[in-house]
Amino acid sequence: MSKPKLAVWKFASCDGCQLSLLDCEDELLAVAGAVDIAYFPEATRGVLRGPYDVSLVEGSVTTLHDAERLKDVRKRSRFLITIGACATAGGIQALRNFKDVRDFTNIVYARPDYIETLATSTPISAHVTVDYELRGCPIDKGQLLEVLTAYLNHRRPHIPSHSVCMECKARGTVCVLVRGTAACLGPVTHAGCGAICPAYNRGCYGCFGPKETPNAVSLRTALQAAGMDEGALQRVYRTFNATAESFLKESNSHGA
Amino acid sequence: MARRTIKVDVLARVEGEGALRLVIDGNTLREAELQIFEPPRFFEAFLRGRSFMEAPDITARICGICPVAYQMSAVHAMEDALGIAISPPVRELRRLLYCGEWIESHVLHMYMLHAPDFLGYDGAVEMAKDHPDIVRTGLTIKKSGNEILRLLGGREIHPVNVRVGGFYRAPTKREFSALRDDLQRALDASLGTVRLVAGFEFPDCERDYELVSLGGAGEYPLNAGHVLSNKGLDIAPQEYDAHFEEYHVKRSNALHSRHTGGGAYLTGPLARYSLNSALLSPLAQQAAREAGLGPTCNNPFRSIVIRAVEVVYALEEALRIIDAYEPPDHPFTPAEPRAGIGYACTEAPRGMLYHRYQLDHDGSILDAKIVPPTSQNLPSIEDDLKTFAPLWLDQSDDRLRHRCEQAIRNHDPCISCATHFLKLDVQRI
Repeated sequence: MSKPKLAVWKFASCDGCQLSLLDCEDELLAVAGAVDIAYFPEATRGVLRGPYDVSLVEGSVTTLHDAERLKDVRKRSRFLITIGACATAGGIQALRNFKDVRDFTNIVYARPDYIETLATSTPISAHVTVDYELRGCPIDKGQLLEVLTAYLNHRRPHIPSHSVCMECKARGTVCVLVRGTAACLGPVTHAGCGAICPAYNRGCYGCFGPKETPNAVSLRTALQAAGMDEGALQRVYRTFNATAESFLKESNSHGA
Repeated sequence: MARRTIKVDVLARVEGEGALRLVIDGNTLREAELQIFEPPRFFEAFLRGRSFMEAPDITARICGICPVAYQMSAVHAMEDALGIAISPPVRELRRLLYCGEWIESHVLHMYMLHAPDFLGYDGAVEMAKDHPDIVRTGLTIKKSGNEILRLLGGREIHPVNVRVGGFYRAPTKREFSALRDDLQRALDASLGTVRLVAGFEFPDCERDYELVSLGGAGEYPLNAGHVLSNKGLDIAPQEYDAHFEEYHVKRSNALHSRHTGGGAYLTGPLARYSLNSALLSPLAQQAAREAGLGPTCNNPFRSIVIRAVEVVYALEEALRIIDAYEPPDHPFTPAEPRAGIGYACTEAPRGMLYHRYQLDHDGSILDAKIVPPTSQNLPSIEDDLKTFAPLWLDQSDDRLRHRCEQAIRNHDPCISCATHFLKLDVQRI
């Protein structure tokens, strides 16, 4: 029996989430033994023809060309899994959605007329059916291995959708909000990172996006007490997962 | 000669999206152009209005391979704007974090992206079938760099512990001691890497580059120094804009840079080494000599040897810093916002990275300028192709194409940084 084919696709992104696969130093050769790496240009010139059993998609859609390319990727993929905040929520580049992209082009480029771009940065799910969305900016490589293993073995991935708070408790980190040392998005943010920021004496900044059923309104008072003003409250929700529904709604309630 | 057009949809094993186009008329190379179609992400635009404290977290997202470089240039530039002096232990910790990134990024490039060119494989996974020990050694060394990033940064990609003024938390001596054995093993293995890559076959391709690197700070450059060149330039990072300019070419979503009034220049391992080789540790210098490197190097194909030497140095430097480490009393110097303008250059694995920020009185960013190493190197990469490709025109299209890809990969271009992915289009007229 031939091995399942794995493909890795890039849209607008920093390459960090696909790098997570190459960062699995202890598991990479085992993964490569279990699948045929059929398309992964960051790692190999070799290309195997589709269809692909599992496609990992990194990045957001910011050009018409990419919107078309994505449809083709979907057609050639049995399971399509998005990896990271760009693919799942538009990424940091979705900050353009709140401004006029022409102004952005003028700020960065001497010849804006050379640049072709869409007015918005949108997640993969805005364009095609997505089978699974893995969160994080960047994703956690342990979670990536779990999702890959699950799909290759035809079972559901075990990725908890509770908040970062649960990970702080599991890790034994004293709550930075309760201690009053930092403003922290942990209570509304999806677990997965291992609650790193509070373990480093800073508040969570929401890079895994919203948890299931977040209550941002209830968190407001605590964030204000920790020193966040209206501008800071808007900015913190408008960073790496700005278009995720509950973060978007909360950011729209604030502003300098 | 019959007109031939060759298209390759993918130049692989670079970070980002782009294409190369060669037009060949008989025995003459007419054009060699890099086209960058990595979609623009507009970082400099959406940094406006953000707090100075957010810059290290936001700019890290420019590149998943060298986020530490962006964080370092960002915090140094902010500290310049705010008039903050960092403590000596923080300075050492930053150097340690940067060593972690050099190790991780250089080893990724050497073993997974570049070595397959020399050994004749499509990629590292294919190479692992015949040379499992080589690939495993690479992964072990790479992991040791990532362990530094994980401990001191919180995670490998987009570390969370860097802040303006220092770090959110300084790890304990005990936490660092746990890294020691792995780093020592990686150092021993890295000497083997130098021997391995020194044995590769290098074409005799030298160019008279203007090499630009940090230097003059009495140490092999990472976070600090003057901007020096082998043609006599010696300026502070604050003077960068007066000497270098960015320009926009139609085929590219990445801006290109040139020396104002001059031409293309090159940053990265060749430049760092040629301007600073005497500042390497004795062990790294010895490894360089045994690998056949002189005090300077102008052959871009040998950049892989310099990367290997720099990994030896980074591992030694990491061990030195860890052995001398005493946790600072305060992990950071507090930063009070004020209006001002700040500049910084640091050495990303693939070359010098310039940041400039103008801040408002409340610390919000009014204006940001970021010049990644690959933007600075793109014109030199094109010049490499224009110089070297004519030497290879008698080779088969396949071989020519592969040579050109290799010539591009010599500079470990990060097109995601510069705006990802190269498509090669050879036209023979």
